[in-house]
Amino acid sequence: MGERKVTVAAEVGLHARPAATFVKRAMQAPMDISVGKVHGGSPVNGKSILAILALDVRQGETIVISADGEGSEEILDELATIAGTP
Amino acid sequence: MRLRGVGVSPGIGQGPVYVMSVSVPEPPAGATYTGDAEREKERALAALTQVAGELEARGHQAGGEAESILKAQALMAEDPGLVVRVKTLIDRGLAAPRAAFEAFTKYRDVLSGAGGYLGERAADLNDIRDRVIAILTGQQMPGVPRVPDEPYVVVATDLAPADTAVLSKRHVAAFVTEEGGPTSHTAILARALGVPAVVACRGATGLTPGLRVVVDGTSGEVRMESEGAAPVTAGVAYGTPHGPGRTRDGHPVPLLANIGGPDEVERALAMGAEGVGLYRTEFLYLGREHPPSREEQEPAYRAVLDAFPGRPVVVRTLDAGADKPLAFLPAPGREPNPALGRRGLRAYRDFPGVMEEQLAALGAVVTTDLQVMAPMVATAEEAAWFAAACRTAGLPQAGVMVEIPSAALRAETVVAAVDFVSIGTNDLAQYAFAADRELGAVSGLLDPWQPALLDLVSMTTAAAAVAGKPCGVCGEAAADPALACVLVGLGATSLSMGSAALPAVRAALAAHTLEQCEQAAQAALTQATAEQARAAARADLPGLARLGL
Repeated sequence: MGERKVTVAAEVGLHARPAATFVKRAMQAPMDISVGKVHGGSPVNGKSILAILALDVRQGETIVISADGEGSEEILDELATIAGTP
Repeated sequence: MRLRGVGVSPGIGQGPVYVMSVSVPEPPAGATYTGDAEREKERALAALTQVAGELEARGHQAGGEAESILKAQALMAEDPGLVVRVKTLIDRGLAAPRAAFEAFTKYRDVLSGAGGYLGERAADLNDIRDRVIAILTGQQMPGVPRVPDEPYVVVATDLAPADTAVLSKRHVAAFVTEEGGPTSHTAILARALGVPAVVACRGATGLTPGLRVVVDGTSGEVRMESEGAAPVTAGVAYGTPHGPGRTRDGHPVPLLANIGGPDEVERALAMGAEGVGLYRTEFLYLGREHPPSREEQEPAYRAVLDAFPGRPVVVRTLDAGADKPLAFLPAPGREPNPALGRRGLRAYRDFPGVMEEQLAALGAVVTTDLQVMAPMVATAEEAAWFAAACRTAGLPQAGVMVEIPSAALRAETVVAAVDFVSIGTNDLAQYAFAADRELGAVSGLLDPWQPALLDLVSMTTAAAAVAGKPCGVCGEAAADPALACVLVGLGATSLSMGSAALPAVRAALAAHTLEQCEQAAQAALTQATAEQARAAARADLPGLARLGL
């Protein structure tokens, strides 16, 4: 299982535009993508904008993105970049 | 039939009613379908996909900020978690419309429970839900006609930025909403467009679509066109008078513009602004990782000073808080209530460098016209601290906003510490009545005619008069022609407002003597309610009715 830990850098957190960009990319991936907060809570479906919003990740919080299967490393890198972009 | 709300954008608009986002009725609980479950699921999915496509297309058409809002809504319509939920409910025997209703409601409740930003997304979900159900039940889609035969009156429960993104002034005669307050997004948007608007108008969405109505954005009245005296066409009664603001007997009251950047100067000049009473500077800072350098700030200040030679330009220094966080002013912790948090001058205490850089930039372009004031000042000690920083930067005219009740209550000591003050009635009302400006449910308390608010204004103007220092009003209250006369009667020495309101206020002042304004002010102060204060003041201002105000 591939994993990336990344600190969310955008002012608005993982909401609004960053959340939409993240989910759009995740939806293109063939495998399941999960997203959770480092501290507490169970991970949610990274392809669900509603689940990501409800996770309520604020600026400066660290998330763990997980995916498995062929090509997952590249996708994880891309998603980590999106989440880490201010 | 007559309805009354709160007039928030002056002028009179008339046309046929268009009820926007007709609330789509809830599909009956337990509604079932006949036939194949797979076909019912396909029907539901097709509706979700169609809505997503429409939102995406509208976003593309609107561009800008609205585009990202609408595209995020499009993603919500096709959310995989939501789709699974709809399918499951259909498998359990629910008809597609009811399944969609219940699935959206479940997610909406999760989001609205969180409040704040997430709570607002709950409203987005309601909008998407209604669109999906409208398709499934063959109802008209919520929305407005793009190119109507004549301008129409938009009536809605409330307007979201996404609703208004595609509206144009050419097509809209007036806005009427059931919710919202004087400083809600609807009100601000209407004033920016120069369209009359009435908010907090109970019963408005019950108006028959197509009915011709007259909307008075000043008095807050909405009536049928067939009733009563035919109104004058908006603006015609007073035209666009220019020249300095003054009462009928020649008492000068400079009429200034509120602007949010140099690109609004042209419109302010066109409307006859005699200067700038509130130059908001947040645009220089928002969306940045580092504060702008003084070299970068200077042109933005110089452009406005150059546009108004020999006229006052009042610059308000950065007003940032947890509701619009900036990377270089990191919050000390999570603020559950940003309006009461570390914003405005309070943030300067922790980050004096940001304030000093802005004052230095202003010092580099200083002229005798330049006045600089700080937001969110609660005490005389804070006012003195800011004034001292202005002196150090070579700024001779330092002032503060009076927008926290404590500053109005001790106006004498606050005024003594500075060269001028300016009353921000929007926040002053919010803090005096403990009523959130963004919350429709408490907007009734934020009527600027509330006698308690007028008391706070009166305390401030009186203290400034004793000290012989200027005291302007730069809140939205100044944009109401009747209230503008009352503010002058209370002793305001200048009025600043959105440019669109300047002609009506100029005409209202020119129609009354200072004595009439003072009488109206005293009459308003002695009333028990906002409604009575408005009525009492208007009785002393006979020129308003003649002007169609």
